[in-house]
Amino acid sequence: MLYREAGDFKTTYADDAQTFPIAFDRWRYYAILIVAAVIIPLVIDSYWAKSIMVPFLVFSIAAMGLNILTGYCGQVSLGTGGFMAVGAYASYKLMTAFPELNIFFVVLLSGGVTALVGAAFGLPSLRIKGFYLAVATLAAQFFLVWLFNKVPWFFNYSATGQITAPERTVFGIAVTGPSVPAYASYLFCLAFVVLLAWLMRNLTRGKVGRQWMAIRDMDIAAEIIGVHPLKTKLIAFAVSSFYVGVAGALFFSVYLGAAEPTEAFGIQQSFLVLFMIIIGGLGSIFGCFAGAAFMIMLPVLLKNVMAGALGWDTTLATHFEFIIVGGLIIVFLILEPHGLAQLARLMKEKLRLWPFPH
Amino acid sequence: MSIHAAEAAKDDASYAAQEEAHGIEPRRVGDVVMEMKNITLRFGGVTAIKDISFDVREHEIRAIIGPNGAGKSSMLNVINGFYHPQEGEIWFRGEKRGPMRPHEIAHQGIARTFQNIALFKGMSTLDNIMTGRMTLMKSNFWQHTFWKGGAEREEVEHRRRVEEIIDFLEIQAIRKTPVGRLPYGLQKRVELGRALAAEPKLLLLDEPMAGMNVEEKEDMCRFILDVNDEFGTTICLIEHDMGVVMDIADRVVVLDYGRKIGDGTPDEVRSNQDVIDAYLGVSHD
Repeated sequence: MLYREAGDFKTTYADDAQTFPIAFDRWRYYAILIVAAVIIPLVIDSYWAKSIMVPFLVFSIAAMGLNILTGYCGQVSLGTGGFMAVGAYASYKLMTAFPELNIFFVVLLSGGVTALVGAAFGLPSLRIKGFYLAVATLAAQFFLVWLFNKVPWFFNYSATGQITAPERTVFGIAVTGPSVPAYASYLFCLAFVVLLAWLMRNLTRGKVGRQWMAIRDMDIAAEIIGVHPLKTKLIAFAVSSFYVGVAGALFFSVYLGAAEPTEAFGIQQSFLVLFMIIIGGLGSIFGCFAGAAFMIMLPVLLKNVMAGALGWDTTLATHFEFIIVGGLIIVFLILEPHGLAQLARLMKEKLRLWPFPH
Repeated sequence: MSIHAAEAAKDDASYAAQEEAHGIEPRRVGDVVMEMKNITLRFGGVTAIKDISFDVREHEIRAIIGPNGAGKSSMLNVINGFYHPQEGEIWFRGEKRGPMRPHEIAHQGIARTFQNIALFKGMSTLDNIMTGRMTLMKSNFWQHTFWKGGAEREEVEHRRRVEEIIDFLEIQAIRKTPVGRLPYGLQKRVELGRALAAEPKLLLLDEPMAGMNVEEKEDMCRFILDVNDEFGTTICLIEHDMGVVMDIADRVVVLDYGRKIGDGTPDEVRSNQDVIDAYLGVSHD
């Protein structure tokens, strides 16, 4: 009954183009923001921060990045893990080279560095398309991880080959390093998520987003209309890599604390993020969050239920977790190939008319 | 002159006088907008277009007709830069055109539709037509990133123009529907809208009426004539339906096997022996 647009008249084009056209959605959005920014930090403990909220937020950012490239611009990429590594190593080098630089700007600059690297690896996209482009970005994935393993300058010649995040503070509260309060790491990541989601909405609602989608849907027609194909694709690669780079920097500095490229940024991360956007929904901002929640939170939930509540053996629980998550992915792809976002859209469509059939 | 023709001429004259009396400017065909000079296009050993010249005048409806494989679509592809002819010159608005990419040609003011619809299937009607205004939007990437510096104002301004086109084409009801879900006839209309949105100096239509039933064809004819009348858009179109071409075109160029075999008003073309031979076949005895 609440979910109605009847009586909610739009009298300007700006109103008509707003993000949440239905009043109930707007209120729900503000409510979620308040819960996320005020209530969760008050109650969060280190288990929730470490194993659920921080990875969820970090991978939401990575999923947003890949969704810009794959969901909006139609360029498939398997290099997400490699670009996350670029963000991580850029943040490490910046943190050690400029200790006074605020960690907030370190993370943003790392995104900038990754954007440049991503644009360079996006150059072949003018000539190659689809699966072939995916293979080309796979090369980026392996090359970048190899590079960070082989060139000691990247890990400051440390004996183990690992990189370790030094302690950095925001407003006097540590957000990286060994002793970080749970709420600080959560809020730090949340700030980036909110900022980047807002930027993504801006980019995708107007001219830039339409250029990307035009290239995705019909590149020949896009060119006829005046879209510069290479420039548009490179911008998509750069913006996407910026997001992925920020995610990588946060993943390393806030979540892991110490990292080694093959394990932390291997091909499995690329696939994880790709699954997130496919399950969440290509070309949807909500889909990024839905997908990240599905892939990060569901396994934790299952593990807790099976090993904790039911008291199963941990190994058994882990195997069952794989089976259930894998099965659910297949079920989802068969029943709703457009992902959770489409499911939400259909539900809203039904809700708007409920209880009437038409 | 037959009595019939004389009467028709009188009607025309009185119609023009009426238009003038109402302050409506009668449509006048102006100077040459685009001139193709001795265009030859080869694909390896195959010559698709051989030494063809023709021109398009401002505000006119120019039709290109010919049997299958005559080189009509290749001609359009030459005009908007998909193919680069081996020989010949293209003059557009008084300037000789060098080799250009299709997106540069779009910025010069040439828009087109495709024979088999090339809409952006995942986007709504509104977004499709908004994309058509790409060349007219000035705001840059950073303004859009932060939705500041006039990005929003510009979107609204262009939305206003797009809504006019939506009204004109009578597709208000489907403005938020993804075009992939629309029936064929409407998709053709949306595609016309997308091309119109660019406010082109020259509009190329590749078989705008292909695969339509009679009513849809009539609608499309009306839209084409209205576009030409109200916006004064110069139109160059390919069409197979002879009745339609003869009714709406000002001048017709006829191609056959990559050569030009006729050029002139519909009446001239109709009585041209080469054209009759090409269309009806000729006995070789």
